Amino acid sequence: MRGKLAAYLGRLVRRNRVRADGGEVNATRDSGIVSDEFTSSLPYWLPPFVVMGLAVYGAILWNFFLSLTDSSGFGAPNYADLDFEMYAKAFADPVFIGALRNTFALLVAFSVLCLVVGLVVAVLIDQGIRYENTFRTIYLLPMALSFVVTAQFWLWMYNQQNGLVNIILGVVGLGPYEWIGNPTLVLGAVVFALIWQFSGYAMVVYLAGLRAIPTEQFEAARVDGATTLRMYWRVIIPQLKGATISASVVLMVFALKAFDFLYSLTGSYYPPKGSDILATMMVRQAFVANNRAYAAAIGIMLFALALVVVAPYLLYQYRAGEL
Amino acid sequence: MTSTNSNSLSGRSWRSTALYAVLVLLVVFYLLPLWTGLVTSIKADVLATAPFLPPAPAGFTSVHWTRAINALTGGLVNSLILAIPATILSALLGSMAAYGLTTLNWRHQVPILMLFIAGIFIPYQAVLIPLSKFWASIVPVNDLVGYVGLAGWVGDLIGLILSHVAYGIPICTLLFRTYYKDFNEEMIEAARIDGATTHTIYRRIILPLSVPMFAVTLIYQFTQVWNDLLFALVLVGPGAGAPVTVPLSQLGASLSEVGFGIRMAGAFVAALPTIIVYVLFGDQFAEGVST
Repeated sequence: MRGKLAAYLGRLVRRNRVRADGGEVNATRDSGIVSDEFTSSLPYWLPPFVVMGLAVYGAILWNFFLSLTDSSGFGAPNYADLDFEMYAKAFADPVFIGALRNTFALLVAFSVLCLVVGLVVAVLIDQGIRYENTFRTIYLLPMALSFVVTAQFWLWMYNQQNGLVNIILGVVGLGPYEWIGNPTLVLGAVVFALIWQFSGYAMVVYLAGLRAIPTEQFEAARVDGATTLRMYWRVIIPQLKGATISASVVLMVFALKAFDFLYSLTGSYYPPKGSDILATMMVRQAFVANNRAYAAAIGIMLFALALVVVAPYLLYQYRAGEL
Repeated sequence: MTSTNSNSLSGRSWRSTALYAVLVLLVVFYLLPLWTGLVTSIKADVLATAPFLPPAPAGFTSVHWTRAINALTGGLVNSLILAIPATILSALLGSMAAYGLTTLNWRHQVPILMLFIAGIFIPYQAVLIPLSKFWASIVPVNDLVGYVGLAGWVGDLIGLILSHVAYGIPICTLLFRTYYKDFNEEMIEAARIDGATTHTIYRRIILPLSVPMFAVTLIYQFTQVWNDLLFALVLVGPGAGAPVTVPLSQLGASLSEVGFGIRMAGAFVAALPTIIVYVLFGDQFAEGVST
């Protein structure tokens, strides 16, 4: 650690020296040209960086300070009196605890099942089939649709009187169930609909992973007498670690954004009973109940949740030289 | 990695038949919600027949479609006004940022790049209140457009466009970054030795070569902006400026079962632009999501 720091300081000093004596251009890529291109690169990345930085990090910072106030109603927040009261309030609030539990259940069930379905479909598509492109295009189609659109389709699929889900279950003598209206069933129903929408995404990522594995490995495993299932389990799937990590991060982020879907199920800020997640609760607290500070605190906790998932992923990608 | 057990021809053909059967079943699975929606949208009585059957000739109606089109036309226009400039601007800014952080080399550009990329993953709930306060009080576009004689909702829509641009920059930067990373450095070095400035290199070399990536980014970002509900709801809300997702989320809500005809028709009307884009440019969309 100290060695790294010393090397860093050394570089800094050396670079400043180069700048000080008039930006003498060194032939190596490491020193002269590098500091030279910094100035000329500014007009390109700095404007988007400022816009994005203010919108993302500036807003998060503002939101954090807002969450430390007691702002509610229409009065201006008092930024002089800051404390973590809203966070304490959240963990004493049964609505928050319920939403937190639903968020985790949705996150885990949705991403794990999506990955499994996506992997199976990707392996099937990877068997050198005909019309591969057509199949792939169809499987990915739901992802191009808005949550608002797919929510309409699934409301009808789950309809108690004439919904297809109940008709299919009726063939084997089950139901009919009131999927959206029943608090114990609704979350599962939502997860199923979201898997329908996003498993195509997992498929595309896994397919790219499978294509990156050299053909010789498939053949070698077969020469060794491995059955197809064993080959995939022992040889192929362990190599899809990178694909699994990046797909699951993106899927979790999609799950955190499920607000649009849940809102559209009822057309209101109150999602079906039993399906309230932090994303819907935050918006409701902010724009219906006007509890701005409380909503800001929920937003910050959602951000922390995303950070826990994303930070190790970015680090992994960085180490692997993917960025 | 193609042919599986090849010990006997019948074994192989049985396997391949089973494989195609499963693939076709999956097609049914992925298309069924759309199919039931489509047939339901043209039924006079949505409860008359099973949801996957088309209506009997006597039970056919186009009234749901005309009603849905009437209810959503304004929203469709607003969504186009929103999505087209927002998409172009964020793609352009993303390309610029990626050029400055990839093709041009300088020290410590990776931490800056990390900040861009981390921006892809933030939940919008963490910025929602500051964002709405920003457009309400710091830069009140709603009032500002009044000085040039425009209605308030135009201002709201401008705020929404700029918000989508700002939050679209991270993903666009990443898409262009992965593309520029594989560019031939010697080519750019050669141009530099010939005396080309960074600006000339960007205009004359990088931009023309970026056309395929612009296609990917524009298609992906257009779909994202078109499909968004949360920002539209909070920054514009229902009313004259509402993008199509806002009225669609309310469509038929008060009509319970009988409202499903208009709901399904409305879902197709609102999704049509994205479906057209997807059918025409499915490969670019796939590339956009898998990066």
